[in-house]
Amino acid sequence: MNTAVADALDHHDDHGPAKGIGRWLFSTHHKDIGTMYLVFSLTMFFIGGAMAMVIRSELAIPGLQFVHPEFFNQMTTMHALIMVFGAVMPAFVGLANWMIPLMIGAPDMALPRMNNWSFWILPVAFSILLSTLLMPGGAPAGGWTMYPPLVLQTGDAFPFLIFSVHLMGISSIMGAINVIVTIINLRAPDMTLLKMPMFVWTWLITAYLLIAVMPVLAGAVTMLLTDQFFGTSFFLAAGGGDPVMFQHIFWFFGHPEVYIMILPAFGVVSEIIPTFSRKKLFGHDSMVYAASCIAFLSFIVWAHHMFTVGMPLTGQLFFMFATMLIAVPTGVKIFNWVATMWRGAMTFETPMLFSLAFVFLFTIGGFSGLMLAAAPADIQYHDTYFVVAHFHYVLVPGSVFAIMAGAYYWLPKWTGHMYNEALGKVHFWASTIFVNLTFFPMHFLGLAGMPRRIPDYSTQFTDFNTVASIGAIGFGLSQLLFVWAVLTAWKGSKATDRVWEGSHGLEWTVPSPAPYHTFETPPKARIANEAFE
Amino acid sequence: MIQKSFLSLLALCLAGTARAEWALNMPKGITDLSVETYNIHMLVFWWCVAIGVVVFGVMIVALFKHRKSKGVKPATFSHSTTAEVIWTAIPVIILMLIAVPVAETMVKLEDSRDPDISIVVTAYQWKWHYRYQDEGVSFYSSLARASLDARRKQSGVDPLTVDNYLLDVDRPLVVPRDAKVRLLVTSNDVVHSWWVPDLAIKKDAIPGIINETWFNAREVGTYRGQCAELCGKDHGYMPIVVEVVEPKAFQAWVDTRKESVQKVASTK
Amino acid sequence: MFCVPDKNENRALTARLLVLVVAMFGFGFLLVPLYDVFCDITGFGGRTNATATVATEAPDLSREIRVEFVTTVNSYAPFAFAADVDSMTVHPGKMYFATFTAKNLTETDKVAQAVPSVAPVAAAEHFTKIECFCFTSQDFVANEERAMPLQFIVNPDLPEYVDTITLQYTFYDTARTAANSAL
Repeated sequence: MNTAVADALDHHDDHGPAKGIGRWLFSTHHKDIGTMYLVFSLTMFFIGGAMAMVIRSELAIPGLQFVHPEFFNQMTTMHALIMVFGAVMPAFVGLANWMIPLMIGAPDMALPRMNNWSFWILPVAFSILLSTLLMPGGAPAGGWTMYPPLVLQTGDAFPFLIFSVHLMGISSIMGAINVIVTIINLRAPDMTLLKMPMFVWTWLITAYLLIAVMPVLAGAVTMLLTDQFFGTSFFLAAGGGDPVMFQHIFWFFGHPEVYIMILPAFGVVSEIIPTFSRKKLFGHDSMVYAASCIAFLSFIVWAHHMFTVGMPLTGQLFFMFATMLIAVPTGVKIFNWVATMWRGAMTFETPMLFSLAFVFLFTIGGFSGLMLAAAPADIQYHDTYFVVAHFHYVLVPGSVFAIMAGAYYWLPKWTGHMYNEALGKVHFWASTIFVNLTFFPMHFLGLAGMPRRIPDYSTQFTDFNTVASIGAIGFGLSQLLFVWAVLTAWKGSKATDRVWEGSHGLEWTVPSPAPYHTFETPPKARIANEAFE
Repeated sequence: MIQKSFLSLLALCLAGTARAEWALNMPKGITDLSVETYNIHMLVFWWCVAIGVVVFGVMIVALFKHRKSKGVKPATFSHSTTAEVIWTAIPVIILMLIAVPVAETMVKLEDSRDPDISIVVTAYQWKWHYRYQDEGVSFYSSLARASLDARRKQSGVDPLTVDNYLLDVDRPLVVPRDAKVRLLVTSNDVVHSWWVPDLAIKKDAIPGIINETWFNAREVGTYRGQCAELCGKDHGYMPIVVEVVEPKAFQAWVDTRKESVQKVASTK
Repeated sequence: MFCVPDKNENRALTARLLVLVVAMFGFGFLLVPLYDVFCDITGFGGRTNATATVATEAPDLSREIRVEFVTTVNSYAPFAFAADVDSMTVHPGKMYFATFTAKNLTETDKVAQAVPSVAPVAAAEHFTKIECFCFTSQDFVANEERAMPLQFIVNPDLPEYVDTITLQYTFYDTARTAANSAL
């Protein structure tokens, strides 16, 4: 960056952040936008969580006590849409916005104005989606997977569902473009690609996945829209179309989507475990290759969501083998985390606790995933609670725990104060115990024969459902502890630049809280060495 | 730690073979292929347990021994090509060991030659229709009355007092033992799925498409399943009941149904 | 890394990007016929031919295949629709005829469309329809009952592990589908 630009920025510095609501509405500042994403995501987490509470309350005992089946289906559909598109994805984008520029020594994201739109589209999209709850016919109730012909039976909410999905997709695509341009162009001079921290690497890969698949989802839902309103027959057999084609198109998006939700989590955990083990990440380069392998493989496994659809044998064999293969690079990552811990000198602050639980519990989710890959066995697991157990294990003690780990890890950098460690630990233990109580029994329910997406069940499924419901309520209430920890984060002792004894990376070379403007001039080579020490 | 003892407990429980009302594990089922399916499930499961014991074992040892509070100095190694190669190669080998028996079972599942009976299964929102192609018998199969009464919101009926709550129908699908039954599955409206765990069969019912599957039941009995694809508000209320009977009893049942159809026709 | 592009470079890039956008949009539409071609070639999705085909006879008398006919009326459409025979035993490579009878059960004129599907999947690409009422939509006046013909041939290269082929027709009321009056 030339000195003329640096001078111009110095002048700007005198003003500090804008005052009032304008600071947030018109922000082009990565730290503020990151904060907004995180606050939005936490809000959506509670809204989606409230829906989970409705679901688990109804399923606590057999018989229908609280809601009608139609409303129950709205809850399961909206719970998923909100958690996937409103909680998990925006949280990772928020972490990306805050940390990527800091980690690569850049002053901001490469496209700050587009960054603003990427965020502000989301409250609009979710207001539209949530408003469908109040419409005649209620919210969409055909599952977040939106299979036709069922989804075409959605009432007035249908076009609003499609529109809000489009908006979410546009937000993600713009965010992904921003991430790639930032990482490719704005790294500090000494930071070659393989010297980048793992969180940046995993986000680079995730951004490519997003750009590849979000347009596919947009295409799929647009075809649903035209089938419903404009006389096309993409998915209607009567007009020569094919309901199964929707499933292919959706899952071509859907499978990479779940890797979009887990790769940044891998990145967060890869930052935290080395810090609290006081030991460099084991096999940094092979971690990068493994993540890339996973991303590539994620494109060729989609039909493992469709084993019961009437697929020819060759198709089943191919998708089964490709799916099983993903276990290899994923296993490499797990082994590398364990090898990082091995013969380190570990301490167990809250971020480390969440990261360790991630490794344990995500691995269990991975095991159930391997079981699901075996196509004949999947005939028995598909559309049962076994699948629900699998994806909740990889998403909740997987992605969500990683987000919380990252939040606790970087909170002192954001706020300048150490959060309440005792509170963090209580939040951790409560979350871990309740999350297992909620989702582990679901493996048994699925094996015993309980299907998904049903509001009531045969009486032999009672005990595990009751345990799961108790766990769910406990887990939900525990998250209030997290809110409390965040709200009181400013009360703790002042944080140093380094914050954590074993931390490495450019973000730990700036003061805590990070000044409004950081790295207005690129960090010198000596400081840039920080990244790979 | 908690996870490890849980896994051991799970392993003990799954070793049982009893088909209890309350179940922890997938049923072995009553067809040759359902048993093969169960075996594949257990094969992958035990591999996962083995890998879990190793990985979690190493982790737990590290968590206790390699802590700063124990005064250890952290090591400085951060890569080992040998280790990486080993722990890439071993999983690949394990996967190949799993893939072979699984592929064998899949080939068997596809072989629908020489059926004894063909039944067209049509899914409706929210019931099933069965038509025996050669026997000329056809009927709808819906949720049984007792369950219907109890399922309503705040019905006042305790589900525990209803036999086979939500898993009972008015007219079950009757098939003979040791006969290769071919099912042709389709739908009248949206996508449904026909699933009976004891037969290890699940096939989507898609409007405009006919899907074929087959089973050969080896044991007499009553086997229950449910719709396995979200199909609208009563997705949870369209169960499946298959009654496997001796071949003579099946023939008698067919004759009775044919008679009653003729009786109704002649009164028109 | 920080070279500033000139106006011409920007214009050229914009033009190229616009072409790309239009091409991607068009690709979305192109996918429909592409998908059809893919399914016709591979037989995936139980697709049999949707337009008339010419075929020559080369009967394989050593082999017998059972062809079953299944008829379904979709979404309670007001038609009676059945195959005149439930099944036929055929030799691969030989031409056969089958008729189906459909009746409009209402007092108004209706238009219907029959959609074929073949099971098992492995058989779909080997089942050739030379003449089929499913190739076009069918007009019915009020209360009309009509016989509809099917002429087909089972290709001799049908895999040897298939001995029964099921051909299903699903009958749709096209007006209802157009209005999309789902249940």
